[in-house]
Order: sequence, then structure tokens, then C-alpha cells
Amino acid sequence: MAKPAGEINAGSMADIAFLLLIFFLMTTSMDVDSGIQRRLPPMPDANQKVEAEQINKRNIIVVLVNKSDRLFAGGQSMDVSMLKDKIKEFLMNPANLPNMPEKREKEIEGFGPYMVSRGVVSLTNDRGTSYNAYIQVQNEIVKAFNELRDEFALQQWGKKYSTLDEDQQRIVRDIIPQSLSEQEPREVSKRRR
Amino acid sequence: MAQFKTKNSKGLKPLNTASLPDIVFMLLFFFMISVSFRQTERVVQVKVPEASEIAKLDRKDLASYINIGTPVPAYQAQYGTDARIQLNDSFSTVEDIRDFVAAARESMSEADRPLMTVCLKVDESVLMGIVTDVKQELRRCSALKIMYSTRRKVVQND
Repeated sequence: MAKPAGEINAGSMADIAFLLLIFFLMTTSMDVDSGIQRRLPPMPDANQKVEAEQINKRNIIVVLVNKSDRLFAGGQSMDVSMLKDKIKEFLMNPANLPNMPEKREKEIEGFGPYMVSRGVVSLTNDRGTSYNAYIQVQNEIVKAFNELRDEFALQQWGKKYSTLDEDQQRIVRDIIPQSLSEQEPREVSKRRR
Repeated sequence: MAQFKTKNSKGLKPLNTASLPDIVFMLLFFFMISVSFRQTERVVQVKVPEASEIAKLDRKDLASYINIGTPVPAYQAQYGTDARIQLNDSFSTVEDIRDFVAAARESMSEADRPLMTVCLKVDESVLMGIVTDVKQELRRCSALKIMYSTRRKVVQND
């Protein structure tokens, strides 16, 4: 008669599994990638004639970051914290001043005609600008657009832009387009790192 | 009754831990499936700047990474402390970006190609000159969707 096989001691199995678990936890990265998303303009075709879109001077606000990270917006030197309000005021032109962007009526699908601002933010930087300063300025500009969209969405639907449904988001995007253009950097100084 | 008494006097029965490995294995499989391995070794130091208006990268598998920063101390004797571009595992130049983008495109399915995002992980102290060169090269390769990798800033009430 065969002896009944004894039970295998599985007590250490948990230890082995824990060891594996800890190994995986250590070697993998859990960090979620996040950042400011942008779309670069396509490279102009060399053969094609550049049809420069005539933009009226009053519709452009020039934001310049120079090589010592100083910020100029609309011809004035200012701190990064003031940039957002400056851009918001510029784009909305609440008092319809003649030196600020004009508005043009545009038919928006699913919403009707709306006076869309034609303002464009033009961002210029120097080759010697630090990346940190550049990102701070980018951030403020994006923030200005986001706040305008939120304000419009709140006024219209009583909800923030991010909580609207897809169709409403498209309407808001049409009404407040993120018109940011980046200039080719000027080779002002040869300071390189 | 007598039996009960003797058992009680011996103390509690040891806890059955036979199912513990199963639970741990379950955890293990969860982690194995949900996380991605660190594919590349960093050869440049990158401390990304802070920003508040950030969006999450929705498809991690469609992202390619370009790191720009100072070489790590182990490579500084060889490459100096100037800002450098890292593609995959090695130091690269702006000209290498074209091949890098082409290779990344090649590995994706046809439908996903327009959604390809290039994630720029740039150290905050790097000067814009090199970043601009990279951006111009990306425009030439028509890899237009980019993301500036940033950390989340703690927003103060304003």
C-alpha cells in the first residue's frame, strides 16, 4: 500500500511571489506623462509661393522673451504674472478700442452667428532664452485661452469647458480659437550652451 | 466535550495561508500588465519645468521621447557639460532626429501615424537655441504634434 503523499509546504510560495512583485514594482515606471500640448505649423513648401496672410497690425500682440528672460508684451516690459490678463484683455477687446483686435461675425454651426475676435498672439524668443522662461510664458498664454473658454462656457451653459459635451466644446473652440503663432527665433546673440 | 477542551488548551489553530500566494500573484499580474518597462537609460539629466495648464498624454504607446539636457556625471568627461540631445539610448545630433522620427513612424500602424506625439523632455536650464533647432527639424519631418513635458505646479489661490 502506497503511503499517502504528504502535503507540500507552500508557505514560502508567498515569499517568492512577493519577491517577484517587489522586483516589478522597482523596475517599472508609473509616472504619467503630462505637459503642454502644441501643434507646430507645417513647414512651408519651398516650391510653393508663400501667400502671407495679411494680418492687420491691430490684431497682433507681440510677446517677446529676450535672452536675459525679460518679457515684453505689446511693447511693454512686464512680469510673467501680468501676461495672462494682458492677453485676455487684448483678445476680448471689451471696450472695442480701435487699436485692439477687430471682431468679425462668424456663423458657428449649432450656435449661430458670433462676433469672433481676430486677435493673434505672436510669440518670439531668442536663442539665448532659457527653456524655463519660455515654458512659463507658454503656460500663461495657454492659461489665458483656457480661462476665456471657461468664462464663455460658464456664461453660456453654466459649466466649465472641460465638463461640456463634445459638440459644445467644439462650439467654444470655434468661438475662442487658440490663435498662437510662433516666430522663427531671431539670431540676436550667439550665446549658446 | 473533552476533545473541545483539549483543543482550546492547545491554543488557536494556525491561520491557513495557502491562498496568500494566489493573492500576491494576482497583484503581481496586475502590475505586470498595467505598467510599462523603462525602455531607455537616461544619459542626460533632465529636470522638466513646472506648469499649471497641462494635459495628460492620452496614448503612451504613440509617444516618442526626445531628452535634452546636460550629460549625466558619468559621461561628462567624454561629452562635457553642454546641453545634448538624447534619442533612444545615445547622444545624438539634430540630424539624427529625421531617422528617429522615421523609425518611430515605421513601428506604428497606419491608422495611428497621424496621432504620433513627440514628447520633449527638456531640462529647465537649457537655452532655447537647441530646442528651436529640434523644433525646426521636427517641422521638416512633419512630426507636428509635440508636447513639452512639464511637472504639475501647485496652484496658489489667486
